[in-house]
Amino acid sequence: MKFVACINHVPDTEAKIKIGSGGNAIDRTGVNYILNPYDEFAIEAALQLKEKKGGETFAVTLGGDSHKETLRKALAMGIDKVILLKDDSVRDSFSVAKALADELKKLTPDFIFFGKQSIDYNGEQLPGLVAEMLGIPSVSTVVKMSVEETKVICEREIEGGHEVVETSYPVVISAQKGLNEPRYPSLKGIMASKSKPIEERQPIAVPSAAEVVGMQKPPSKQSGKIVGTDATAVPELVRLLHEEAKVI
Amino acid sequence: MKLLAFAEQREGKFKKSAFEVTQTAKGIADKLGTELVVLVIGNNIEGIIPELGAYGATRVVAVQEERLQYYSTMAYAKITAEVASKEQATILFFPASQMGKDLAPRIAAKLSAGMAADCTALKIESGEIIASRPAYAGKVILDVKITSPVKIYTLRPNVFTAVAINGGKVSTEKYTPQLTDADFSARVTAVKVAEGRPDVTEASIIVSGGRGMKGPEHFNLIEKLADVLGGAVGASRAVVDAGWRPHDEQVGQTGKTVSPTLYVACGISGAIQHIAGMSSSKYIVAINKDKDAPIFQIADYGIVGDVFDVLPPLTEELKKTLGK
Repeated sequence: MKFVACINHVPDTEAKIKIGSGGNAIDRTGVNYILNPYDEFAIEAALQLKEKKGGETFAVTLGGDSHKETLRKALAMGIDKVILLKDDSVRDSFSVAKALADELKKLTPDFIFFGKQSIDYNGEQLPGLVAEMLGIPSVSTVVKMSVEETKVICEREIEGGHEVVETSYPVVISAQKGLNEPRYPSLKGIMASKSKPIEERQPIAVPSAAEVVGMQKPPSKQSGKIVGTDATAVPELVRLLHEEAKVI
Repeated sequence: MKLLAFAEQREGKFKKSAFEVTQTAKGIADKLGTELVVLVIGNNIEGIIPELGAYGATRVVAVQEERLQYYSTMAYAKITAEVASKEQATILFFPASQMGKDLAPRIAAKLSAGMAADCTALKIESGEIIASRPAYAGKVILDVKITSPVKIYTLRPNVFTAVAINGGKVSTEKYTPQLTDADFSARVTAVKVAEGRPDVTEASIIVSGGRGMKGPEHFNLIEKLADVLGGAVGASRAVVDAGWRPHDEQVGQTGKTVSPTLYVACGISGAIQHIAGMSSSKYIVAINKDKDAPIFQIADYGIVGDVFDVLPPLTEELKKTLGK
């Protein structure tokens, strides 16, 4: 069986984000990039299923040379083969999904895992887009999964509870925190990852369907009012919430 | 060009976001001088459809059958894409809820549509919709323009207003799709509902606790305050990772994004991962003994003090004010 994790290389959450001179992208200088945190759950899910069912694991990413660092992390965690769809152009989710779907068609995976979202653009679009383009089922924000014979049973987060979804594979699963505990790369894994090959391929070109036309810093909030430094401030806080903010 | 708004219901009840999406779509339709069609999918939904009239809906397409009782990604996507095509709707609105976020991308693929996800504001410039949406943990706001003929927007719940007005009459048309077993190849077999308090993504008030609560046994202080306010209980990543609170309550990156009217952060320092998930709250109250905690930079009101000293009298004072 084949298990694929589709992963992304994103600015560290702590990174200071500056708007670039073009006004519609961030200034990448000095920004530290990491494996998208949600994608660690996707990689772990692929590794665990392989351990149970046997087969081969893959990680695929689309981007420039810098994405190789993230692919090495996937290798270090234990992924067997990694593919870089090498492309430096600006693409929206639709265009990325088309390129991924094209590559995945050739790979014919049984399970395709994504992180729930990328922490850069937070669109949560790719899992559904890719699944629809491949004509296979998808289950998003999955926090629990079991595979029995041909049946795949997932629990996905919804407001105020969970949905239990029954499906079969091939399937696209988007992983939410809780699905598993991603392993740390072992020292041996890290050493081995340095010499493993990264396969580079040319993704198909597809025009974007949406573009970023502007980028702003969020309106800076005036620092709030410090109402007090102990419990004596409580009546005043309640008065402000009631009379000024009118939220209670 | 028509607008199609997807009005989410579960268990025969509209979600608040259904009204937000309907009213926002109506506002945009009016500005663009075009018609709004509202789509409702489910089972036993006829009785609730007139409620949409108060939010500007005049024409509703209803799709109902037993198999649609629960949300089903592929069936709902097929129906929505079919109705959009049949209506020649080229602008589609969804809630950025767990249903909408799951559904909209599949429809985008079917209709080759570009998408702006989790929008927090919409404006029209030269007849085109420009959608604002937060990115990079809320550190920047993107303005997105969709260039494809069909355009899809999902709206962050609780951000857009839904104010009931004296609604006109709603005319309902039924649409009967041809659904096959393949459309249910991912099927919801059960819904496990968490009992008790509202979910953080739907609550208008959230009381959240962080590491400053010192241990899971002290979250009863958070719960009591939440209950007096009729709110949800939230948690920071640190306390979820420590196993003090369930992941369902986690606010922020790797948790949930929330936009309540009031967010009370108790013993939460305000790491960027946390702020990313709650900075669009309308009012933020911070209680923390560290006066330099970053949470105070985004709080509207703060008490620099110990949560254990402040929370019990705050709960009591609110009880009095609210007459409880």
